[in-house]
Amino acid sequence: MRKNAGLQIFAWIVFAFLIVPLIIIVVTSFGTNSTIQFPIKGFTFDWYGKVFNNESFMNSFYLSLEIAFIATVLALVVGIPAAYSLARHKVFGRNWIKSFFLSPTIVPGLVVGYAVYQFIVIQFQFPIFQGLLLGHFLICIPYVIRVVGSTIEQLDFSIEEVSWTLGCTKLQTFIKVVLPNITSGIFASFMLAFINSFNNIPVSQFLSGPGVTMLPTNLMNYIEYNYDPSVSALSVVLMLGTIVLMFIIEKTLGLTSIS
Amino acid sequence: MTQQRRLPYIILAPGMILLIVFLVLPLVSIIFPTFFDGGFTLTHYISFFMDEYNMSIFWRTIRISLIATLFCVFLGVPTAYYISQSPKKWRGLLMSITLFPLLTNSVVRSFAWITILGQSGIINTTLKNIGLISKPLTLLYTEFSITVGSVYLFLPLMVITLVGILENIDSEIMEAAETLGANRFIAFMKVILPLSVPGIIVGSILVFTGSLTAYTTPQLLGGNRNIMLATFLYQNATALGNWKGASVIALIMIAATVIVMKLFDWVAKRMDKRGEASA
Repeated sequence: MRKNAGLQIFAWIVFAFLIVPLIIIVVTSFGTNSTIQFPIKGFTFDWYGKVFNNESFMNSFYLSLEIAFIATVLALVVGIPAAYSLARHKVFGRNWIKSFFLSPTIVPGLVVGYAVYQFIVIQFQFPIFQGLLLGHFLICIPYVIRVVGSTIEQLDFSIEEVSWTLGCTKLQTFIKVVLPNITSGIFASFMLAFINSFNNIPVSQFLSGPGVTMLPTNLMNYIEYNYDPSVSALSVVLMLGTIVLMFIIEKTLGLTSIS
Repeated sequence: MTQQRRLPYIILAPGMILLIVFLVLPLVSIIFPTFFDGGFTLTHYISFFMDEYNMSIFWRTIRISLIATLFCVFLGVPTAYYISQSPKKWRGLLMSITLFPLLTNSVVRSFAWITILGQSGIINTTLKNIGLISKPLTLLYTEFSITVGSVYLFLPLMVITLVGILENIDSEIMEAAETLGANRFIAFMKVILPLSVPGIIVGSILVFTGSLTAYTTPQLLGGNRNIMLATFLYQNATALGNWKGASVIALIMIAATVIVMKLFDWVAKRMDKRGEASA
């Protein structure tokens, strides 16, 4: 690149703006003081111990993993066939149906959570867990439709025709020919849906009850009454999780595939 | 033959049914009652927009979203251009720096600004230590802190959207502009900026609608005084027990999102047409 000092300085100030606040959290998680300080005095790993021994944090962590995983798998199970149908068939109102599948992104997350809470939990007396799962399914489905859909569109249709000519049924072709060829799209949408479900707060905000609180919601409630380094420590743990996921994505698909 | 023709619809059905039952019906069930009080009525919406307090929340939400969007454009365009022009081996690292905050939980990202802007936060401690102030400045729980938090939350989205567009711009275009006598800054403003307009529009839709409906940032960085639409909805539904009021805000938020998207699309189309006319 040709040198342009002004642009370079500008860009690096922006990168610093993006990354320094997160580095500060990492530093404050090692402080010995019972409230958050920067710069820190002393050095300890105690806050990490406190996080892992905090039953409420750990329970909500497992719940978040569970919900994000089931919601993503559910979205894949109903989303992949739908994406296939939209990409391959002349469906009546195709564009309309596609926007319908993407519509959960237009409705604000808090509104989705509120509507699901009012309708599913209050009116129809579903347990909160189911409501939460459905809310998170709604977060996941657009990613599947968009990412898997564009992967199928890029897949050469003639290989399916060959498979039919050679005697495979449509279902066999789908399982033996289409699915193996779109695994990267499926994996990318799995990652995107899982991360976004795991990180989501607005949708879960109304959908929480005794023993059923997602980790981000739990952390948020904790922050409102506490200002101690265990918040920093938990944040660092979450950031480490992000790094691991980014590493996996980079090694398998390349980071550009999800941006 | 009929089975063949039905198949696409059969495999679409499960997803459609789930969306209808668990998204459309719930939305209708909360929105519908806001239009009926005995008979059809718009009272709930008229009284929302007549109320001074409600309107102050509405305008605060619009104001913060607008400022956050402008800052994201201002900071995002040069940064995205810088990334798109970097050598390949650097680009991965720079993209990771941008993606990392985006994939980090937004509670964590808001919390970072509590530790920076708070009464005993980094800025106040530093300013006190070097003797510039004696009393801590009120930075947290203000519109300023929500705006900073929103910019921080959405800037990565803007940058990544723009990198996708700017990567396709031929770098020779800049050289041509400079050969023809434009200095770097002018060339950037007259060549790169117009070419990145489609990306700016898509990015702005994401940032603007995102901040318009954000819950986490105003909740953590706004405090009780600086309520925005999403936190107002939550307050209505929980603390105030005003479910109809919450549903009114819900529809206003959906409508605002759709209007903003259509508006930006309309601007984009107009600019496209202008481009064709001059070409």
